[in-house]
Amino acid sequence: MIRVVIPAHLRTLAHVEGDVTLEVASPVTVRSVLDALEARYPMLRGTIRDHVTLERRPFLRFFACEEDFSLESPDVPLPEAVVSGKEPFFIIGAIAGG
Amino acid sequence: MSKARVLVGTKKGAFILTADGKRQKWEVSGPYFAGWEIYHLKGSPVDPNRLYASQTSGWFGQIIQRSDDGGKTWFQPGTPPGEQATAPGGMPQGESNKFVYDSSPETGKPLTTHKWYDGSQHPWEFKRVWHLEPSLTDPNMVYAGVEDAALFVSRDGGKNWKEVAGLRGHGTGPQWQPGAGGLGLHTILLDPKNHNRMYIAISAAGAFRTDDGGKTWKPINKGLRSPYLPDQDAEIGHCVHRIALHPSRPDVVFMQKHWDVMRTDNAGDQWREVSGNLPTDFGFVIDVHAHEPETIYVVPIKSDGEHFPPEGKLRVYRSRTGGNEWEALTKGLPQQHCYVDVLRDAMAVDSFDPCGVYFGTTGGQVYASADDGDSWAPIVRDLPAVLSVEVQTVR
Repeated sequence: MIRVVIPAHLRTLAHVEGDVTLEVASPVTVRSVLDALEARYPMLRGTIRDHVTLERRPFLRFFACEEDFSLESPDVPLPEAVVSGKEPFFIIGAIAGG
Repeated sequence: MSKARVLVGTKKGAFILTADGKRQKWEVSGPYFAGWEIYHLKGSPVDPNRLYASQTSGWFGQIIQRSDDGGKTWFQPGTPPGEQATAPGGMPQGESNKFVYDSSPETGKPLTTHKWYDGSQHPWEFKRVWHLEPSLTDPNMVYAGVEDAALFVSRDGGKNWKEVAGLRGHGTGPQWQPGAGGLGLHTILLDPKNHNRMYIAISAAGAFRTDDGGKTWKPINKGLRSPYLPDQDAEIGHCVHRIALHPSRPDVVFMQKHWDVMRTDNAGDQWREVSGNLPTDFGFVIDVHAHEPETIYVVPIKSDGEHFPPEGKLRVYRSRTGGNEWEALTKGLPQQHCYVDVLRDAMAVDSFDPCGVYFGTTGGQVYASADDGDSWAPIVRDLPAVLSVEVQTVR
């Protein structure tokens, strides 16, 4: 099971609390994780990546195992620790404030 | 018992304010969608418990929310809990937040760019829904005015959205240029006497009208003059802030332009200025009394560089003559040290008698008058900055 940490506003939209756990078929990549997340929670479509281009929304980042996957190809395999569920895959909103 | 239900969109959520017909004691509920920008909420004239809301975020994009019980509960109409994510054929179900510009060959003129601030061409990019306008006859039909400027329609209660492509495709689209707040289609007026006629307004492209249900459109900006344009009388490019009409007389339309308050008596074919004795004719809101088609309201703002009331005095101005002759309405409004703004979608009137008038400010106040504007009182004082105000008269 893959653990995904999503921003608080998206947890509200998806009606979930805490981390999301997903079954993701191999190979586990950013794309396959997001596909599984959106299939399970279709209300999140368009909130993380564009409906048509599937490009990441500019104020969101993808982190895992202390690495930034935001600018990597979405088809790059994620670390084994994410695949095994030991470490979560993070979807992070950009910091904004005064 | 009849009641007034005021729908307030703010920078950090939505609020619903309710009162009986006297409109003296108010109940406040919310925030709904806390933390999100709520550009607009509006109820169906056919089914007052059917509400639509535009929930938007720079991080997460656009969401459309719907309530079928007057705002008690909400859901995303494309994806209610338990609904399958894919259709039987495996294709994704339509989602309520999917706004995709129509570039199909059928439109004849697939558009990909509009004019940018510096005069160059810029790709058309969907950003958010500024305004939702439910149909006058069908609660499942609702129009959405979006940024970058385009008109969309849903015929299934907000699940699926399709662009009304004739507007961007009518010919002037590549010349449209954003105002400081973006290239937003912010006003949609439906003609109650002629269901094929609709007016829309875009900052800073101007006003447009269709007479065939949205298939074809034409600019209706003759008579407008804008000194910030190389051609001050140009066919398009005017920064129209808001337009309003009275349902009994839909050929008469009032306009608060960037500068200038205008009116037309022939459905926009020709406009004339009616700013008259206003202390400044800059502003955003304009609205029409529910029972008196010649009574209109504006809130003058000092200038485009100073978005606050002149002299720090918050004044609604009322004309009972359809413009030119204006009186200041100040009773109950702050008359010193007031430096808030009133944004374009933040005024509304109810249909009680006497007519109720409402407006919200960037300082978080929502003011109400239950006597045609003669006196005012705040319903709430400390909301987040108010983006929109609508009111329903629920009988």
